[in-house]
Amino acid sequence: MIRDVIKYFFIFIVLVLTQGLILNNIELGGYINPYLYVLFILLLPFETPPWITLIVAFLLGITIDTFTSTLGVHTSATIFLAFARKYVLKLIEPRGGYEFGTEPNIQYMGLNWFIIYSISLVFLHHFFLFFVESFKFSQFFSTLGRALLSSFFTLVLIFIVQLFNYKPGVRK
Amino acid sequence: MRNLFRFLTKNSFIFLFLLLEVVAFSLLVQNNNYQSSSFFNSSNFLVGNLYSTVNNINDYFNLKEENQKLAQQNAKLQSTSLSSFMKVFGRLVQINDTTFMQSYVYSSAKVINNSTNKRQNYLTIDKGAINGIEAEMGVISPKGVVGIIKNVSDHFGSVMSVLHEKNKISAKIKKSGYFGSLVWEGGNYREAELKDIPNHVKLVIGDTIVTSGYSSIFPENILIGTIKEFELPKGNNFYNIKVEFTEDYLNVSHVYIIKSLLKEEKKALEKLND
Repeated sequence: MIRDVIKYFFIFIVLVLTQGLILNNIELGGYINPYLYVLFILLLPFETPPWITLIVAFLLGITIDTFTSTLGVHTSATIFLAFARKYVLKLIEPRGGYEFGTEPNIQYMGLNWFIIYSISLVFLHHFFLFFVESFKFSQFFSTLGRALLSSFFTLVLIFIVQLFNYKPGVRK
Repeated sequence: MRNLFRFLTKNSFIFLFLLLEVVAFSLLVQNNNYQSSSFFNSSNFLVGNLYSTVNNINDYFNLKEENQKLAQQNAKLQSTSLSSFMKVFGRLVQINDTTFMQSYVYSSAKVINNSTNKRQNYLTIDKGAINGIEAEMGVISPKGVVGIIKNVSDHFGSVMSVLHEKNKISAKIKKSGYFGSLVWEGGNYREAELKDIPNHVKLVIGDTIVTSGYSSIFPENILIGTIKEFELPKGNNFYNIKVEFTEDYLNVSHVYIIKSLLKEEKKALEKLND
């Protein structure tokens, strides 16, 4: 338990610094930003109580917002992500439920499961994020386009990170 | 009441979610109004420090460019400074603007080859004929005289260093104005000799030696060095003065090339006397 907390704390720091110092400087085509930090919420263990997920999401979001001076934007989107995660997990739950001690990643759950899981959550988060950021629906399609493109780049990064952590043969 | 509690605990997740979202949005709205007074922005202590550290690291990668820019800027400034202008109309008229005419122009260059251990030392700089460099232009560094351009190719220039036994530089003692010629005769690369200072001049160790401006290669009052020691040999009318250079010629990197605009005119006039 304590070891898990330390491990996730470490992941938190690494993701926040990567996001704040490197990825925030990337602006493909002027308005496409990858937001890799959402990976933290995606990777939380299945057993994490939902309310802890929400609190953690709040902390993560406010930290990222501190870097970009956009207080509230990432916070609200990340809380929404944590909220949606509970229901997405329920929707794609394998028969027999989640095994105790497993984590939502490619290693334990397989590629197909993880693709559905990450695509749906990352898109929900980015969709929410970009609409909160623009705070209006008047440019619906351009905002939607930004959300889609940024989601794509975030997902690419997420899969790259996952491949680095993938140890073949340990467990499917 | 009990029903209310049951309702709340049953849906605690959704209520917590709504509560946090309300907090987030109120932060968002408030932040739009009072952006500057908010703690959670990138100017706060922690993130601000982090950013400035990263910035410091980034700066190192641009140092080279920055140096070049500064050197260029310095050259520009030097050519507008008072010492590179001369009075045109003499003493009687003293209106600043029109009495001065530019007589020296500076440009910057980088030393790409250098030697100090021979008797005839040369430096190579990265500017040549293409950049308007010609033979017999002066070369100085921020800390002192470096030499005189000897030869130029299209892209490079060869500088006859002060540390060259045939290089004589017209120098004077800044305080008293007496002038002599500075020669280097091999040996210690930090010292040279100042000759032709007559024996009635009062000298103090540490006196500043600057260029005289007579040769019209260097402007007046460019730093050369300081008097390290002097002696008056018996039966001799001139001092033996050892001058310590202010510039360390082993690590000269950025130099300025001085073009004298009036050299030809001066030479032509002096030729008339021969």
